[in-house]
Amino acid sequence: MNFEYYSSVAIVTSVVVLMLAMFAHAAEWAAARALPSELVTTKSRRRVLAGAAVGGTVGAAKDSDSRLDAGEPGEAASVPLSDAQQMESRLRIELFGRAGVGLTVIGFVLTLAGVIMRGLAAGRAPWGNMYEFTTAAVVFILAAYLIMVWKADLRWLGLPVALLAVIANGAATTVFYVAVAPLVPALHSIWFLIHIVAAAIAGAAFNIGGLLSIVYLVRSRAERKGRIPGYLTRLPDARRIDVLTYRFHAFAFPLWTFTVAAGAIWAEYAWGRYWGWDPKETWALVTWVIYACYLHARSTAGWKGSRAAAIAIVGLVSFWFNFVGINLLVSGLHSYAGV
Amino acid sequence: MVSSHDPVSDRVSRDETDFEEVTSPQPAGSEPTLPKLGLTGGLRFVWAQLTSMRTALVLLFALALAAIPGSLVPQRPVSPVRVDEFLTDHPTLGPFYDTIGMFEVYSSPWFSAIYLLLFVSLIGCIIPRVGVYAKALRKAPPITPRNLSRLPAYAVGELDEQETVDEVLARAELSLRRRRYRVVNHGDSVSAERGYLREFGNLVFHLSLVVLLIGVALSSLFGYRGSSIVVVGQGFSNNLTQYDDIRAGDRFTETDLSPFTILVRNFDVKFETGEVQTGAARLFKLLVQVEEPGKKPTDKLIEVNHPITVAGDKVHMVGHGYAPIVTVTDGLGDVAFAGPVVFLPQDGNFTSVGVIKAPYAKPQRLYFQGFFLPTATIDDLGPRSLFPDAFNPGLVVTAWSGPPKANETGEPESVYALDTTGLTQVREANGQPVRRLLAPGESLKLPAGQGSLKFEGYQRWVNLQISHTPGIPLSIGAIGFAVAGLCLSLFVRPRRLWVRVRTGESGTAESGRTLVEVAGLDRADARAGLDEDVQELAEEVAPAPDVASPEPTSPVAIDDEQAGQQKEPVQ
Repeated sequence: MNFEYYSSVAIVTSVVVLMLAMFAHAAEWAAARALPSELVTTKSRRRVLAGAAVGGTVGAAKDSDSRLDAGEPGEAASVPLSDAQQMESRLRIELFGRAGVGLTVIGFVLTLAGVIMRGLAAGRAPWGNMYEFTTAAVVFILAAYLIMVWKADLRWLGLPVALLAVIANGAATTVFYVAVAPLVPALHSIWFLIHIVAAAIAGAAFNIGGLLSIVYLVRSRAERKGRIPGYLTRLPDARRIDVLTYRFHAFAFPLWTFTVAAGAIWAEYAWGRYWGWDPKETWALVTWVIYACYLHARSTAGWKGSRAAAIAIVGLVSFWFNFVGINLLVSGLHSYAGV
Repeated sequence: MVSSHDPVSDRVSRDETDFEEVTSPQPAGSEPTLPKLGLTGGLRFVWAQLTSMRTALVLLFALALAAIPGSLVPQRPVSPVRVDEFLTDHPTLGPFYDTIGMFEVYSSPWFSAIYLLLFVSLIGCIIPRVGVYAKALRKAPPITPRNLSRLPAYAVGELDEQETVDEVLARAELSLRRRRYRVVNHGDSVSAERGYLREFGNLVFHLSLVVLLIGVALSSLFGYRGSSIVVVGQGFSNNLTQYDDIRAGDRFTETDLSPFTILVRNFDVKFETGEVQTGAARLFKLLVQVEEPGKKPTDKLIEVNHPITVAGDKVHMVGHGYAPIVTVTDGLGDVAFAGPVVFLPQDGNFTSVGVIKAPYAKPQRLYFQGFFLPTATIDDLGPRSLFPDAFNPGLVVTAWSGPPKANETGEPESVYALDTTGLTQVREANGQPVRRLLAPGESLKLPAGQGSLKFEGYQRWVNLQISHTPGIPLSIGAIGFAVAGLCLSLFVRPRRLWVRVRTGESGTAESGRTLVEVAGLDRADARAGLDEDVQELAEEVAPAPDVASPEPTSPVAIDDEQAGQQKEPVQ
């Protein structure tokens, strides 16, 4: 059995299936346009004085969330829909959404199979070059997304996740593809497992966090404008997206810290210095610092919310540049792409 | 007051402030006064600015930005050759870059300024917080707010007639302690708090970064790293004169070099010959004999990822190449030079360049400049190697000659470059420069009996790196603590729970009934399970409570953007 061949077939097929998943989710979004808009009431904030009487002064003030008038047809909605029409569009949303998740599951299984067969073909862990790392990272991204769909109803992120997976697997098969080959001696190390798996998982979490940040910006912008168009009403409110975004980043950041540290330890063994400002190392640090900015910004007044989300997106761009740009444009010790 | 520098542990410090106000209100008139324009005031103002969160953010951004050019512009410490090329290719931009330290970004004053300021800001922020945290650790959980139903999570039940207030509260206390809350019983209510480790982790993380920097500083002050090219069969003794280059810290002296000798006995290298990744390295095995004073010589194997440790120093193999073995016979027929000459590889196929020098050849000094090609070919692209392994070794040389030097200047010269001042290129009778591709065993006879060069064969050389990095254990420890602290500060969720027994207010439906209230508050967002915890506790202390959460969808965080802005501490 030619594992290498079947691995490629699985990955190429996954691109097609994931593209179909993306179309299904796009249809889901399109169907949601028929939903009525929601109006955000003016920011009347209810101030609650928790324990105000205790010291005689006003203490912790708590603002409730601005309320959404769920389901109330907005005045700006051009044609008010009847209940039957609404029900019909909700059914269509459900149909397309489920089809999208189903196809994503198939795409995930195909990518996973492709990665495993690649490992069998090479007789080693399947993340020795850019092609292999990309497909392995897609496995982690899709796994994280599907677990969240299952546990936390994250289906509303289906469109961006499918898009990302299509681009990643598509670029892997068309641009990054290299035939199976053994590793160069520098990669013969236990750190080949530790460092790269940590990088892939942290990368997957950063990617989903970045997608969430984009969705957050879209949703919070609509909330600020006061009118949420129908296709955005299926998203949770901006606060909840923000918390979810933070959780993904809070998971990824320590792991990324560990990835960089593990890389430094490995570099001490392999290259005789733990830090040499190799382009990859430099950009890993830059990415780390940007995500540190994100975490700090989230707890700084005037920076939390949209600005923090923008920083998270900058962090993701830096992560991608470190992966694609540095691998292909700049020569350094981490030049394993083989493209 | 706690500064607003609140790294990573989102919002803890502001919530802290909230509760300071709830439990121990500031006396009236404690408005922050603007600093007077004196020296002390000015300094204090600068210090407050420097240690503020906003400054930290700006410095972090600046650090990220400042690190970027070093990855795009060639750096002297990494590849001096590429810096020279850049200077040649960009006659105007190059010198400007050189002036602003663009070729040594990571040791430039501006880069150092950014990270030093960042660390000053960090220390200035963290040290006071250690004190605040130490106080918070000794403090009891905050007293119960009057109106528990206004808290984000709330449940209420009725006191079982069989039980007294004390019994219920004791049960609540026990249950909370079992969940590792810190509990205080106020008589009619119980307050409990947990999650002290979040701020602890936050402080550990930031202090670890300082220790990490100290480790790096130790390594660069007391450490050294040097390398030496050693031809297989020859040896290296750890002595300053034997190093091709060495970088050492300010506190390093020559006597810090441990006395040992390394004899390079054998070097095995294999390259991929298959279709995929042809020419990629597949195996390096370097056998050396190590001699230390007072010890028996021992054989050791150096591989990639497996350096050896000799007398506390790490010995890595960081490069390898070819050294053609040649014999130069001068015009008088005497051997003017014999032995291997180190050639430096120029590409992945080990097309190597070098210079063979016979400065004492008579009657004319003789020099040969050329290429060593492990798998030789000469085509339109000139002489080059097609494969890194020595399948068809060849030596391409041109020759130069000159009269003996009138007097030795003693000036150092590179063994890899030829200064042709005072030399003339040796030419054939037809005027073409002498240039031949030699196979092993072949000789190049210079015209007019000026001498000859015999290409005997080749030997491999390895580049040994000897390094001493005393700060590594400290740095690794610091990284470990940093990651652990980071996890605590991001994953521990501080939570406060209260249980109160009260009599229902007269005039309401609750009039005359004894109510057991349970309420909770999370002090960091991204929390989960607050409602569940409150429900669970309520069911334990007052069975089958009427669940009445004040908010159908519990708000995600206790403070929101506007409130946060208003309450941003001035300092």
